[in-house]
Amino acid sequence: MIARIRGSRRRNIVVGLLFISPWLIGFILLTAIPIVASLYNSFTRYSGVGSPVWIGLENYKAMFVRDRLFRISVYNTAYYAVIAIPLQIILAIGLALVLNLKVKGVSVFRTLVYMPSIVPVFASSFIWLWLLHPYFGLVNSLLEMVGIRGPGWVVDPAWSKLSIVIMTQWGIGATAMIFLAALQDVPRSLYESAEIDGAGNWAKFINITIPSISPVIFFQLIMTTNGALQMFTQAYIMTDGGPANTTLFYALYLYRKAFLEGKMGFASAMAWLLLLVSLTLTLLLFRSSRRWVFYRGGV
Amino acid sequence: MSMATEAKTKRIVKKTLISYALLTAVTVPFLIPFLWMVSTALKDSAQIMAFPPVWIPNPIMWGNFGEAVTRIPFFMFVKNTVIIVTCSMIGTLVSAPLVAYGFSRIRWPGRDYLLMLVIATMMIPFPVTLIPQFVIFARLGWVNTFYPLIIPSFVGIPFYVFLLRQFFMTIPEDISDSARIDGASELCIYSRIILPLSKPVLAVVSLFQFLTSWNDFLRPLIYLMDPKRYPLSLGLQEFRTTLSEASWMDWNLFMAACTLTVIPTIILFFLAQRHFIEGVHLTGMKE
Repeated sequence: MIARIRGSRRRNIVVGLLFISPWLIGFILLTAIPIVASLYNSFTRYSGVGSPVWIGLENYKAMFVRDRLFRISVYNTAYYAVIAIPLQIILAIGLALVLNLKVKGVSVFRTLVYMPSIVPVFASSFIWLWLLHPYFGLVNSLLEMVGIRGPGWVVDPAWSKLSIVIMTQWGIGATAMIFLAALQDVPRSLYESAEIDGAGNWAKFINITIPSISPVIFFQLIMTTNGALQMFTQAYIMTDGGPANTTLFYALYLYRKAFLEGKMGFASAMAWLLLLVSLTLTLLLFRSSRRWVFYRGGV
Repeated sequence: MSMATEAKTKRIVKKTLISYALLTAVTVPFLIPFLWMVSTALKDSAQIMAFPPVWIPNPIMWGNFGEAVTRIPFFMFVKNTVIIVTCSMIGTLVSAPLVAYGFSRIRWPGRDYLLMLVIATMMIPFPVTLIPQFVIFARLGWVNTFYPLIIPSFVGIPFYVFLLRQFFMTIPEDISDSARIDGASELCIYSRIILPLSKPVLAVVSLFQFLTSWNDFLRPLIYLMDPKRYPLSLGLQEFRTTLSEASWMDWNLFMAACTLTVIPTIILFFLAQRHFIEGVHLTGMKE
C-alpha cells in the first residue's frame, strides 16, 4: 500500500530528477565540465582568449623544475598549514573547555568570542593590518609598554606568515562553539565513573574528553586543512604576497598566474596539483582516523 | 554555619572566581580588535599615533564617519553589495530546498549515489573550477556583471542542499503519505507542508548565504572590472594607496569605514543569535 501511495518507480525518477534539476544543471555546467576542462587546460598554454594550445607536460615541468616562485608558494603554504592547523584546533578546544565552565552569564562570553568569526574576512584583514602596524599598531605599543621591541609583523619577512597565522586565530570562535557542543554531548556518567576510580583532571581529559569528541576533531581537521591550503584573501589584502614573496601563498600565486599574467594553462596545472594534494591529505586523514576516532553507538 | 559547610562555600566561591577570571582572560583578546577599531575610528589624525595608546579619543571625532563615506563612494559599494547579497539569498532559498526535497522526500533509484556526489563537490578546492567557470562566464558576456556572483546560488549550493536534506529527513514520512493519499502533487507537498515546517532551517541557510555573499572577495575580484560595480569587499580597498612604511593612510577614516562595514553583520548576529547557534550545531554534525 505504501508503494502505491509513494508512486511508481518510473514516475518517481522523473519527479525526483525534476526537483534536483537545478543542481544537476549547475553541476554539469559549473562543476563537472570545469573540472574536466581544467585538467585539459593544464596540458595547454592558454590565455583565456582564443583556444588553448596543447603543450603536453610543459606546465608541470615548469612548475617543478623552472619556476622558483612556484616552489616558494608551496613552501609558504606548507609553512602556514603546519603551524595554523594544529594551532587552530588546539586553541578552539581550549576555548571550548573554558566556555564550558558552568557559571552564570557564560553565554555572554560565548557570544563575544563568536562575534569575530562573522566579521567579513576583508574587514578583519584591515583591522589586523592596523593592529599589527609596525609603528602605530596597538600590538607593538602594548609590547613597548612592557619594554619589548615589537617586530615589523606584516612588513617583516620573518614575521609576515606568522602575522597571518595570528590574525586567523581571531576567527576560531565558530570552531570553538562546535567543539563546545561536542563537549556538552559527552555523558556525565563517563566522568563520574572515572572519578570513582580516582582519575584526575588530566587523565579524564585524555581518556574521556578527547576520544569522545574525536569525530568532531576529525571533521574540523579536514575543514581546517582545506581552508589552510586555499588561503587567499588575507594574503592578497594584507601583504599581496610580500614582503619579498614571503606570503605568496599557493592560491594567490595561482590567481596571479591566471588573471594577471594570462597563464591559465599553468594555473590549471597548479589547481589540479592542489586537488590531488587535498585528496591525498583527506584520504590520509580518513585512514588515520581508524586509529584515533571513536564513534559512540556503533560504527 | 558548620566548619565543613563554610569550607565548601569558600571552595565554590573560589572556583567561581577562577572561572570568571579564565573566561575574561580568554574573551578579552577577541574583544580588543573590535574596541580598537572603534576607538581608532573616533580619533583625530594626531591621536592615532599617540604613545602610550589612547583608548578613549579626545576629542571624539564623530565626523570621521561622515568623511569616510564621502572619501570613497561608500554607499555605492553598499548598494552593490545589497543587490548581490539579496539576489544570492533569493537564489538559495529558491533552489536549495527544492533540490534537498528531491534528495530526501522522494524515493528514486540512484538518489543516494547522486547525493554522495553532491557532498563530494564540497571538497573540491575552488581553484579547480575557478578558471573554466571564468571562461564560461566570459563567453556568455557576463564578465563585469553581477551574474557570475548570483547565478551559482540558483543551482543549489551543495552545502545548503546537504543541510536541508538532513533536516527534511527528520520530518516523518506519514505527513507526506497522507497528503499523497489526498491526491496532492509533490510540488504541493513541498510548498504547502515541508517548506512551512522548515522555517528555522531556512532562516539558518539564509543567514549563512548572507554572510557568504557579504564576505565574498575573490569572485568579485575576478569578475568585476569597473569600480562602480564593486561591492564593499572590493570597495574598501580604495582607501589604500600602497602599504609601505613610508606612505601614510588615514587610518582613522579607514577604521570608520570598517566599522560601518562590520556593523550590519553584528546587528544581524544579535537579532538572529538563536539561528546562528543553531547553524553552528547543524554544521558541526558528528558525521
